[in-house]
Amino acid sequence: MTAQTAERRDEDWPEELHRVLKAAGVRHMSYVPDAGHAALIRLLSADPEVTATVLTTEEEGIAVAAGAWLGGGRSVVLMQSSGVGNCINMLSLPAMGRFPLLMLVTMRGEWAEFNPWQVPMSRATQPTLEAMGVTVMRAETARDLVESVESAAALAFTADQQVAVLIGQRLLGRKVW
Amino acid sequence: MTTTEPQLARRDVVAALLRDRGDMLVVTGLGSPAYDVHAAGDHDGNFYLWGAMGGAALMGLGLAQARPDRRVLVVTGDGEQLMGMGGLATIGAGGPRNLAIAVIDNQHFGETGMQASHTGRGVDLAGVATACGFASAVTVSDAAGLAQVCEALARPADGPRLAVIKVRSVNPPRSLPIRDAVALKTRFRAALGLAPN
Repeated sequence: MTAQTAERRDEDWPEELHRVLKAAGVRHMSYVPDAGHAALIRLLSADPEVTATVLTTEEEGIAVAAGAWLGGGRSVVLMQSSGVGNCINMLSLPAMGRFPLLMLVTMRGEWAEFNPWQVPMSRATQPTLEAMGVTVMRAETARDLVESVESAAALAFTADQQVAVLIGQRLLGRKVW
Repeated sequence: MTTTEPQLARRDVVAALLRDRGDMLVVTGLGSPAYDVHAAGDHDGNFYLWGAMGGAALMGLGLAQARPDRRVLVVTGDGEQLMGMGGLATIGAGGPRNLAIAVIDNQHFGETGMQASHTGRGVDLAGVATACGFASAVTVSDAAGLAQVCEALARPADGPRLAVIKVRSVNPPRSLPIRDAVALKTRFRAALGLAPN
């Protein structure tokens, strides 16, 4: 396959995720930024059909997403792995109300990590989500990520599930210090 | 900040806020504000939280953003709003014109033994909201102030609003809404013409 005939390049995954989220009816996004989410945040924020909201802490996004659904909106919450710990009690809300929840979590603390402070919450990310009833999917390649988000959106918005897609740090690349 | 015991009774305050609600949608914080809103009359456009402390105003934000055509009122307590204080920055930055927050402020954690909260120790939630860019933020502690808040709620606004309403630290008998959040969600969405999912 030549570059010209390639359906998509691996580094185009933020554009692919934007397309997949729009196709799933997502018109609302909230986030605590992460470098790995920067391109997707830029794309969704620039989209006139999407309401984008910056958060001070990640659990706010869980409540905002539930409120959006109450009003008929479909929301996605973007955060890095360290923010998952902040969400624990607020995950009671989608669990009790069976509110659809779609979280995209960029992983830190696992692949060529420079900052040791990222490691404890990195290890706890998946167990924490699962302890609160969230279904966890993990993607290590661009193709797998796009398909996982497409699947997670369907599971969340049509089957009322709480789903987090973890985006492996290997896919995001080594952070340059 | 009031230095004397406020005179307003919380049930009267919440009944006044909701008397002419029209098609306003309501989200409550957990505890006494949920009981107050329920006591004022259950309504399909009410969503009562029984947990998720700190999340009421943010749930209101998501709802207000999804339904810009409807007014949204969050009725919560001082303890609940203090736990979600960063959320006031998020709401200020989001700037929804159709969201108002009423903090029923008894200056105590009323559900857990009436321990004094921060608002009785000098913390000014309306000042925080002002600093976060709210279109208006007021603290009232008497009937005339409450009447002004009720009148303002009926008018359009340029951005989010917050009213701290000081009330007596007395818990009236509980008026319990249902605790099944799926049923509440489905009822609420049906009132907006939405399918359960």
